[in-house]
Amino acid sequence: MADATPATTDTAVAIAEAVRSGERSAREVLDTHLAAIDAREGEIHAFNLVLADEARAAADEIDRRVAAGEDPGPLAGVPVALKDNLCTRGVATTCSSKILEGWEPPYDATVVRRLADAGAVVVGKANLDEFAMGSSTENSAFGPTRNPRDTTKVPGGSSGGSTAAVAAGFAAVGLGSDTGGSIRQPAALCGVVGMKPTYGRVSRYGLVAFASSLDQIGPLTHTVADTARVLEVIGGHDPADTTSIPEAMPALESVLGDGVAGLRVGVVRELMGEGIAPDVAARVREAAEVLAAAGAEVGEASVPAVTYGLSAYYLIAPAEASSNLSRYDGVRYGLRVDAPTTPEMNLASRTAGFGAEVKRRIMLGTYALSAGYYDAYYGKAQKVRTLIIRDFAAAYESFDLLLAPTSPTTAFPLGAKVSDPLTMYLNDICTIPSNLAGQPAVSVPFGAGDDGLPVGVQLLAPALAEAPLLRAAAVLEEGAPS
Amino acid sequence: MTESGSRRGADEGGTKQWELVVGLEVHCELATATKLFCGCPNQFGAEPNTNVCPVCLGLPGSLPVLNRQAVEFAMRLGRALHCTVEPSTFARKNYFYPDMPKDYQVSQYDQPINAEGHLDLPSGQRIGIERAHLEEDTGKSTHVGGGGRIHEAGHSLVDYNRAGVPLVEIVGRPDLRSSEDAKAYAAELRAILLATGVSDAKMEEGSMRVDANVSVRHPGEEFGTRCEIKNLNSLRSLGRAIDYEARRQIDLIEAGERVIQQTRHWDEADGRTHTLRSKEEAYDYRYFPEPDLVPVVPSAEWLAEVEASVPTLPAERREAVAEAAGVTPADAALVVERGLDGLVLAAIAAGADPLRVLTHADHNLAVEGADALDPRALAELVTMEADGALTATQAKTVLAEMVAGGGSPAEIAGAKGFEAVSADALGDVVDGIIAANADEWDRYVNGDDKTRGKLTGFFVGQVMRATQGNADGKAVTALLEQRRGG
Repeated sequence: MADATPATTDTAVAIAEAVRSGERSAREVLDTHLAAIDAREGEIHAFNLVLADEARAAADEIDRRVAAGEDPGPLAGVPVALKDNLCTRGVATTCSSKILEGWEPPYDATVVRRLADAGAVVVGKANLDEFAMGSSTENSAFGPTRNPRDTTKVPGGSSGGSTAAVAAGFAAVGLGSDTGGSIRQPAALCGVVGMKPTYGRVSRYGLVAFASSLDQIGPLTHTVADTARVLEVIGGHDPADTTSIPEAMPALESVLGDGVAGLRVGVVRELMGEGIAPDVAARVREAAEVLAAAGAEVGEASVPAVTYGLSAYYLIAPAEASSNLSRYDGVRYGLRVDAPTTPEMNLASRTAGFGAEVKRRIMLGTYALSAGYYDAYYGKAQKVRTLIIRDFAAAYESFDLLLAPTSPTTAFPLGAKVSDPLTMYLNDICTIPSNLAGQPAVSVPFGAGDDGLPVGVQLLAPALAEAPLLRAAAVLEEGAPS
Repeated sequence: MTESGSRRGADEGGTKQWELVVGLEVHCELATATKLFCGCPNQFGAEPNTNVCPVCLGLPGSLPVLNRQAVEFAMRLGRALHCTVEPSTFARKNYFYPDMPKDYQVSQYDQPINAEGHLDLPSGQRIGIERAHLEEDTGKSTHVGGGGRIHEAGHSLVDYNRAGVPLVEIVGRPDLRSSEDAKAYAAELRAILLATGVSDAKMEEGSMRVDANVSVRHPGEEFGTRCEIKNLNSLRSLGRAIDYEARRQIDLIEAGERVIQQTRHWDEADGRTHTLRSKEEAYDYRYFPEPDLVPVVPSAEWLAEVEASVPTLPAERREAVAEAAGVTPADAALVVERGLDGLVLAAIAAGADPLRVLTHADHNLAVEGADALDPRALAELVTMEADGALTATQAKTVLAEMVAGGGSPAEIAGAKGFEAVSADALGDVVDGIIAANADEWDRYVNGDDKTRGKLTGFFVGQVMRATQGNADGKAVTALLEQRRGG
């Protein structure tokens, strides 16, 4: 049942450098990963679609370029799993929803293009909770993904497919999207590194929107160095996304060894109490000790408004989603269920095409934006968002970074929470505040829980402070219990 | 206040007067090179679904990027309407419709780019402008079968070429009091759109679309319940629809019923408005801030550039002509509308009689190329006419030649044989005609006014024939009267 040994844990940095130097071929690297997929994909179900032939062709092209003396780029030959809400030209992009049945985007997402330009090889489109709405990857129209560390457990979500793909050695890198914790929470549950960059750091062009003001694409990797490298590749301004930040991406990989001496790190008091499993809280405190031992000034921080984060999130995210998902109406693409009139056809198509959780959030969001309710719900939630940003700003006057759990618990059994949405929503209580504030945060594996399953600890930073954030993450990675 | 096509004015028997209240909402397509949020051509009449891309089709994952030229055009129009340009944001207006690719329209809601301006009608009346905001257009549906109505159609075709074309919606205050004023407002707005170059403003092609909010009340009372009239594709429809709607509302109220707030559709064929939907059926648009776009905060430099790009506006041009010619601005409206005000002003400055210049501009210069006339030549022509060297008919003929091929009026008149018939020579001709027609002359001299009137025509005709039309009819009449008295 439990299997803590993935088929390959080769890091992206190691693969890329070996392929660039000609020490390994991209094709051999790929075949190793495809073999892992052959061996375990049946039980894990990380992918909606494995692109073996396309990946082999891409790997062969990388090898040809290396042979010709070219440098294919910093991710040369690195196998990547793309969350299936990232658009891929001519390749089905489903969001794990029946409503997008048969749809093939006519364009690549900006991140997909940037990965290809850096030499990465896409191995498949990874499973997710439908339209990224969920915390367990059980809300997929194509069935759940299982946690490679223990296949009776969920991998977390919504980027559960990408995360499981990395944890199982199907790919060296996964790309996910994080709207309320959808990269960090599965990273914690599967024992990999998962990062949500500053809002606007990575172009959203080609990411199928869930909640536009919260969505951010980020990497899932074996190591902090891999995260730094991938982020340098996918990040930076994109004219196709008006909300992308104009500032250049800072150097990340080259500063990872700079340590945390002199950095002030605050443990977030409000995220260490009720609802946090004792074993998880214990790992966070140990992580604080590791940082202190490395020279950081560690103290206790208070960000009072984070306790309202979950409530605000479950108004703002569904409100935006209710609008973003309107376009799936059966008119232009995807599923159409015919009916006598256009409105009836819209209704029939959406009824058949969307799963229960998506419908729940569309209804929540529609209600929150309705005339007469807007101020009480959406308007109030936006005020809470402002409060959270203010409280973070106050905390960052005393601290450079904050430390908190990523998920309140380790991975839970499949089916344990599907019937109780509110309990499921609580999984994101520690991750949501960073989305509402638009700030970067990273989950780093740090030991195990009492059940032997991975625990992730979360580092948070002010906007644009990815460099110190990853420096501290590297220290935790180094000091994590083995 | 003038009586007009509206149902205003006192009824017989002392019943109270009705006052019509109209406010117009005008959508105009901006004449940008590309659409509002993508690089697709903004072009009318292309093959269906050829000017489309992932962004304007609203494909999953696509994102809008705001068109700088559209913002600039909106600001220029705003300044031309005396609005203040404000930092603005976009919002989503959510409703399902097949020709709207995202099933929401990106528009401006609580923070429009232009606020609080006005427009002056040629009559001098000032109409308030509440706002003029940016938004995207929808695609266009064609309903096949069932007479083109959506509910009876067998199927519908959608063309998304228009989806994402930039629009400015100009929301006027309910300051209009007649259908004539409403038409004048729409015409004036169109003139401003053309003068600023931000839109081609063609009502027939739909690049300028007018909705009318109509209500009636007794003067001095609160506004009545309004109805919004859609599908007004010409100024004529606008006027007819407002008059029909006002009559309908008055009839309802006078019959003891109430006007229900509705959106109504004008049917040009039967000359009536028909219910589209009532207030209860109105959409809840669930507006909220568009998270995919950042606020528009134009820099001071940009605003100054836009300010400098606003041309002299029709109202100011009418004022200039009115002042130079000693007429009212309304009298100057036609030459300004035709773009002949520059010519008129230059001709007057060159010494021409202002009223004769205006007369020619109004009656004889509604032709291509008229604005290229040399104003000094026009002044020369007008002076020749004023001095009696050319008759009005001759002047018109010469003017047509001048527009067609240029040249000086004296040379053209000479070439045409329009030699001035001198007063002496004309007197000789008149005397000769009198001698040759003694009977008629006798009746002219001794007959009653009616007889003399008829015979004046006869003698003028004879003189014209004798001079090949080179005589001035008024001068001939004067000579006849002189001979009769002398």
